[in-house]
Amino acid sequence: MDYTLLIVQMLNGLQLGLLLFLVASGLTLVFGILDFVNLAHGSIYMVGAFICASLTLWLGNFLLAVVIALPLTGAVGYAIEVLVARRLYDKDHLDHVLGTFGLILVLDTLAHMIWGPAGITVPLPAWLDGQVEIFDGAVIPTFRLLIIAVGLAVAGGLFWLVNYTKLGMLIRAGASNRTMVAALGVDIQTLFALVFALGAMLAGLAGMLIAPITTASIGMGGQIIITAFVVIIIGGIGSMKGAFIAALLVGVIDTMGRSFLDSGFALFMSRDAAETAAPAVSAMMIYILMAAILAFKPQGLFPPKVR
Amino acid sequence: MTKLPLLQVAALRKSFGGVVATDDVHLDVNKGELHAIIGPNGAGKTTLISQLSGALMPDKGSISLDGVDITSAPAYKRARLGITRSFQITSLVMEMSVLDNVALAVQARKGSSFRFIKPARKIAEIRDEAMTYVRKLGLRKRAHEPTSALSHGEHRQMEIAIALASEAELMLLDEPMAGLGPEESRLLTDFLLELKGSRSILLIEHDMDAVFALADRISVLVYGRIIATGTPDEIRANSDVRHAYLGEE
Amino acid sequence: MLKMNKTGWVTLIGMAALAILPPLLLLNGQAFYMDLATRLVILAIAAVSLNLILGFGGLVSFGHAAFIGLGAYAVGIPAYHSMWGGFDLIASSNGLLHLALAVGVSALFALITGAISLRTKGVYFIMITMAFGQMAFFLFQSLEAYNGDDGLTIDLRSELPFLNLDEPMQLYALSYGSLVLVMLLVRMIVNSRFGVVLQGSKGNAERMVTLGYNPYVYRLTAYVISGAICGYAGFLLGNFTTFISPDMMHWTRSGELMFMVILGGVSTMFGPVLGASIFILLEEVLSSFTTYWHLPFGLMLIGVVLFIRGGLMGLFKGKGE
Repeated sequence: MDYTLLIVQMLNGLQLGLLLFLVASGLTLVFGILDFVNLAHGSIYMVGAFICASLTLWLGNFLLAVVIALPLTGAVGYAIEVLVARRLYDKDHLDHVLGTFGLILVLDTLAHMIWGPAGITVPLPAWLDGQVEIFDGAVIPTFRLLIIAVGLAVAGGLFWLVNYTKLGMLIRAGASNRTMVAALGVDIQTLFALVFALGAMLAGLAGMLIAPITTASIGMGGQIIITAFVVIIIGGIGSMKGAFIAALLVGVIDTMGRSFLDSGFALFMSRDAAETAAPAVSAMMIYILMAAILAFKPQGLFPPKVR
Repeated sequence: MTKLPLLQVAALRKSFGGVVATDDVHLDVNKGELHAIIGPNGAGKTTLISQLSGALMPDKGSISLDGVDITSAPAYKRARLGITRSFQITSLVMEMSVLDNVALAVQARKGSSFRFIKPARKIAEIRDEAMTYVRKLGLRKRAHEPTSALSHGEHRQMEIAIALASEAELMLLDEPMAGLGPEESRLLTDFLLELKGSRSILLIEHDMDAVFALADRISVLVYGRIIATGTPDEIRANSDVRHAYLGEE
Repeated sequence: MLKMNKTGWVTLIGMAALAILPPLLLLNGQAFYMDLATRLVILAIAAVSLNLILGFGGLVSFGHAAFIGLGAYAVGIPAYHSMWGGFDLIASSNGLLHLALAVGVSALFALITGAISLRTKGVYFIMITMAFGQMAFFLFQSLEAYNGDDGLTIDLRSELPFLNLDEPMQLYALSYGSLVLVMLLVRMIVNSRFGVVLQGSKGNAERMVTLGYNPYVYRLTAYVISGAICGYAGFLLGNFTTFISPDMMHWTRSGELMFMVILGGVSTMFGPVLGASIFILLEEVLSSFTTYWHLPFGLMLIGVVLFIRGGLMGLFKGKGE
């Protein structure tokens, strides 16, 4: 086995996992506190990528663009909360799903109208565009290291938020219990809108970080949202810790599957058969993982305490 | 041999986190007996019933019905073996009619429901029998109305009608009088009195007049433990019970 | 004297219109409308089958497009091999084989995914069915042998006894007849002893357990029936479009299917058909005006969720129905 490749792919898996965590954490935050299922979360991820892409092209500076795009994406989230989501809270989950499905169509079409159908490539500054040799022969793009660093920093920030702040206390209390939150003297409407905006910023950040690698494009939200769902199902819906562990698990397993499954299969089947079977199995791997975990823990790895 | 109790509960224990809700409970219900459980709020009465019906699994101890161990049997299997329960908080299929609700209970014991062809509401054998129970509880006029349209008192009556229709040997009744007015309570007490002897009943009830009028035996549950079991007269005279109640209220 | 309520009349008139109008338009040389109607009727079959578990079982399945896709590939893959060789076991243009495969594979997929999904409730169930649907999407996307993402053209339609599916009129007749049969089948199931237990489990599962029913097995059975019917709709759709791709299974397709059911009204027989009709017609009309037709469409979806309770069929219901 090629250990250098193994380590590089581990890092790639870690990077994918951390991006997934950014998306999934917002989703699980909104669900945990607002008891709201937001399919359009992926579209906010896309909006973040597009805003950042436009700003990068306009300002010529990717990092500055991210800094400005973050509050803008948060504002988009805030607006969505006030205009649509807020009116859906007291309806059932089926209505959430359908309403936010409509929201996806609206957001994706608006993005199409504003930014066109083609997608935008986001240029990186030279110092981020290079590669770093971590050790002998193991080379990894600098930008991917940045994603890992940012992902870990945000994860750390979220853990602080969940464990040491009043907002975190509400989250841990399973605050979909609105009467209790109200009893604590919190202005619920504002709190909910802020949580929603925070979730949007997290998703948007993930979109901004992925855009230089894959381009900002219309379909990107629809792809990540399902994987993010898989992550929070495995982790336990509403659990931040669960989302983190599950995101890394999914990121690493998916990456590893795609890169090593064919050589693994070739050990016990013909090369041809392995080349056919490996992509099929690796495409399904995270879903099989999800099914396997649910078979033992139907509520995920870290189920919310009382619902 | 006929002396074997229908329901035998031994050393039952259940805790939630650090709180012990059921603590070494021994209990039995004889055939045809009405055994009441009383105790202050929070004594763990509903938790106990839930373990008997299978909605909750105990941590320790055993439950057997007619000599068959059912400690780990799932709820629907226990129902098939002859345990039914009514709920403290009304639990009915609100979207369906009164008759439909009762008919589901009759249908459940008339063999498999994996029948896809004949319309369920056209099977006279089931509908007629369900109607007799509806009538028995005085709901004849409302039989075809959606359950959601009925009053709280009528819902309580439906719970009893369903428990009867299931023809279970053992009925676990969780505060059937809860929320009823005095007149309704009295009617229900009379009804249970009439029923007594033909079914075995484990009754949880706060209405002490009803309990002392109905029960063959009474067990007193305090903080998850049974502190006394005996006839109504014995319980009345028991100093521990007086102490537990006086200390509590 | 035949006595019928408003809902009954709407159903009768709607079904009569679907029976008469498209063939008339085709005879007048308007093949386009025939195409539209065929697609509509096929999707209506899928919507009716989804309604069995969504409307009557209370199970919000967000992965039903996968069954349509599986059904369509059950036509495409054997047809492909009968044309280009290989996979002798199923290489055939025999429609009955395609049909058996479509229904069988869908039922099997429903059994396996349902057995896992139904252990969960509520939001978990929505997301897991969605994930399994997407799993099927990615699986077919990765199958290079069948062109992966680019999809597969079906060169030969299924060969059935007495029917020539190359004839639009005959394909429509088969699809329409199937819709009527599926509606009757679902109505029969819903009203049966099985059906009342399924509906009881939707209303109050705890109560059903107390009566001795195990809701899980009833739900799983309904899920498999629903998946199998949906697979059948896929069989028809494959024969209609003669082009299949993983896109048929994408989760947004499942969302559209669900929208049809909700739009028309759950727990009614004609609701899903009405929903599918409005969906298809609206899609057609809006997309002829603007390429950005998803925008008004999405806004409308949000509006339906916010303002219309019980779907459009709810508007036809009289009091006490």
